[in-house]
Amino acid sequence: MTELHGPWLEMAIAAPIVGALWLLRIHNSESARLHSVAFTGLALACSIAAWLDFSGLQCSEAHDRWSVGWHAARVEPFVIDELSAPLLPMAALLYFVTCLATLRTKARRFSFGWMLLSEGILLATFSCRHPWGIIALMALGAAPPLGELHARRRPMRVFAIHMGAGVGLLAAGWLLVENAAAGSPPPIVGIALLMAAVLMRSGIAPTHCWMTDLFEHASFGSALLFVTPMVGVYAGVRLLLPIAPDWALRGIALVSLATAVYAAGMALVQREARRFFCYIVLSHSSLVLVGLEMATPVGLAGALCLWISVGLALTGFGLTLRSIEARKGRLLLSQFHGLYEHTPMLAAFFLITGLASIGFPGTIGFVGAELLIEGAVDVYPLVGMAVVIAAALNGVAVLRAYTKLFTGRRYHPSVSLKCRGPERTAVLTLTLLIFGGGIVPQPGLSSRYHAAEEVIRARRIALGDAARIAARRTSARFGDGDLHGDPAN
Amino acid sequence: MTGDQVFNAVGPLVVASPAVLLALLGMAALLGKPFSERTTARLVQAAIVVGLTCSLTVLAIMLASDRRLLSLTLGNWIVLPQEHFRFTFKFTFDRLSVPFVILSFVLCGTTSAFASKYLHREAGYHRFFVLFALFLLGMVASSLAGTIETLFAGWELVGLSSALLVGFFHERSTPVTNGLRVWTVYRCSDAAFLVAMVLLHHVTAGGDFIRLLGSRPWPEGEALLTSGQALSIGMLLLVAAAGKSALVPFCGWLPRAMEGPTPSSAIFYGALSVHLGAFLLLRVGPLLEQSFLLCAMVAALGLATAVFGALAARVQADVKSALACASLAQVGLIVAEIGCGLRYVPLIHIIGHACLRTLQLLRAPTLLLDYHALENAIGNRLSNVSPAWEPATPERWRRRLYRFALERGYFDVILDDCIARPFARIFQWCDAAERRWTDFLAGGPSRESDALGVPGPVPVAEELQ
Repeated sequence: MTELHGPWLEMAIAAPIVGALWLLRIHNSESARLHSVAFTGLALACSIAAWLDFSGLQCSEAHDRWSVGWHAARVEPFVIDELSAPLLPMAALLYFVTCLATLRTKARRFSFGWMLLSEGILLATFSCRHPWGIIALMALGAAPPLGELHARRRPMRVFAIHMGAGVGLLAAGWLLVENAAAGSPPPIVGIALLMAAVLMRSGIAPTHCWMTDLFEHASFGSALLFVTPMVGVYAGVRLLLPIAPDWALRGIALVSLATAVYAAGMALVQREARRFFCYIVLSHSSLVLVGLEMATPVGLAGALCLWISVGLALTGFGLTLRSIEARKGRLLLSQFHGLYEHTPMLAAFFLITGLASIGFPGTIGFVGAELLIEGAVDVYPLVGMAVVIAAALNGVAVLRAYTKLFTGRRYHPSVSLKCRGPERTAVLTLTLLIFGGGIVPQPGLSSRYHAAEEVIRARRIALGDAARIAARRTSARFGDGDLHGDPAN
Repeated sequence: MTGDQVFNAVGPLVVASPAVLLALLGMAALLGKPFSERTTARLVQAAIVVGLTCSLTVLAIMLASDRRLLSLTLGNWIVLPQEHFRFTFKFTFDRLSVPFVILSFVLCGTTSAFASKYLHREAGYHRFFVLFALFLLGMVASSLAGTIETLFAGWELVGLSSALLVGFFHERSTPVTNGLRVWTVYRCSDAAFLVAMVLLHHVTAGGDFIRLLGSRPWPEGEALLTSGQALSIGMLLLVAAAGKSALVPFCGWLPRAMEGPTPSSAIFYGALSVHLGAFLLLRVGPLLEQSFLLCAMVAALGLATAVFGALAARVQADVKSALACASLAQVGLIVAEIGCGLRYVPLIHIIGHACLRTLQLLRAPTLLLDYHALENAIGNRLSNVSPAWEPATPERWRRRLYRFALERGYFDVILDDCIARPFARIFQWCDAAERRWTDFLAGGPSRESDALGVPGPVPVAEELQ
């Protein structure tokens, strides 16, 4: 395997974990925030370096030079490939801007230690291709939110039940798949368990209640960072997509499509901002899953584009809501708040990120949404229209939230609500990416298309190998020497 | 310099001028450092003058060289060669787009000059002009679009700016609620447009109008679709046009849109935006001609809208609503003309109607003053003559028609009762079911957000009314 020019992956993963340990000795919240910004910034720099280094190597996968894992145990735990290359900087950026935009009022309640730990786990998950490694890291990934809920003495049951069941199903499913006889297709029960696990971790209805529960009880920042990188989708691509038969993928796509419409409808009737945001995220993550499970180059490329765009746009959207919440407390959408005059920049950013998430022209989400619709209509001509309906409902929900939060009445605050410097920096960084990716989408699209081709190639090889061995067995049993067609082709 | 060289030099400026304007005003607003009122007004004027001059130059080139179709390709925006998939930025200058883009620049220029005085020292002055620039870019992109994707992008920009300008006076709840209503209708029509676009991609393997409607200049193209394909795609485009041009049954949003400031009402709902649906139908005219049934539907929808608009305009209590309904009547007639197979007549009708309506709406704030001036000039009261058919209509029918017009055809009520309320009820029921489920899993009340206020259904249907 090709080597990167430095141990970028391990440094990106180690930086936040070291930071989490470092924060154990810091008790001042503002100091903790500043140190966290530094550690997340370092992780971001390393992940960008890994991405650029990988792009320069022109190979399909690469690993760290001077890898500690390789020297210690002769295993290569962390690998960067076409799929994960942009996901790593995206994830690191989400943590960096979230940390940067955390106000002092929130800093006392927001656990920077847990946040850094979860960043390390997330970056490790996105760098890991080994199935058991992914399963273990996903199990570990649920620990920081649980730790925070426990520390805040908030109910944990709903979240714990779903996460525990998800990891259990994933482990059981992979155990069955792994222990299947060599050459035989994966057992249906194993595939079904993996499907259930991916759907549960992605929050597909009716197993989505953990997501709303997390937004109800955890801090907004933690909940945001747990759901927007879409780790469930990653598990689906790595564990399920290469081995799942077509019927399984179609099943996931259809259930995800229904969830996308359902969540968009639910977002419209929510009376509280966090729940509204949660359903918007759910609707979009379901759309990403729809595209991935279509397993066509166009649909897959669209979904991979959408993954990045939705990740960036919804993080910005969530950060804006979080900033407003830091000034006003939990926000009801059943009344007007009239905040525009006091926070025009946040209002503009709320609108920009919201529109980017629904794929408005000129923003980063447009191309992904278009490709996804093209792909969906290709595979399921009529059902694909549901993607359009979901997008339309999400658009209405976003503007409804905007009108509720920023307009409708005059508001007279007793203190200044103006956007602070760090918030402005975070907001403008994401705005630049949103418009930059929208105006010049070709580089991102090409990269995602190559990733889609790689994923499809891996799937063909996996299914083709299984089919070839099965055909050989049949031919051996019946003495027919002519059976050597490749069903994958 | 040859005509082609001049065209290659000035053609891109037609689109670039509003784009640069939007970038400048938008960036200044985002950085929290908006320009002064005077600078803003000058920038807007400069962009419009440049755009208009370049459009007129293109027109002169076309007239001088007797060419009816000039295309400007700015390259592939995205391309996937393996999938034969590409989005191209292409702009077409022909007998439809050039008059429309010139009309857009002229009316936007007039209205911006008016607005810079009308909104002087208004808190939302800069916001207005940012949205105005967004609208101008959307109109220019839609007018000159050579591919359906470019048209869709412009279409969306126009929709967003319209909805936000309806809610311009956003310290009151009614304008923003009406803006949300407009946006909801637009999203529905945009969804239909998007589906039509995707279907066209599948049928013609691209979104280029030349591939779709033939290489002959407008209006002489010939759609390369079967009658069935033309009917299905045409119906979707008709829904899109109906939403954008407030045709029946989506006509309820147009009088509501008059909550916005007068300049935006004039330019959007009197002049340009309201005609964009008719423009779309004109652009895909060859596609309509493929199906008699489709043409009949277009004509019927146009006539129904015209009748409704004429009736509703007679009973409105305020001048802007009356003008909005009168606009509806004219737009309905324009659409009916398109359904009847006419092409130049509706185009001329659009230009004439847009100019007249802009003037009327811009004069609307001084209507009483104008009336007094007229009455003083003639030395008598202005007469209020009823149409000839009114006395001949039975009293019972007149009352019914009056009620029908006053309630704006019950279209909003029907949409609310048949779509918005059932939709909200279903999802509120789902929300309640989710609450019971999470309460069960948590072993007690699971929603912290309930403590924020009295839990209960959100009146979404009422909000969207």
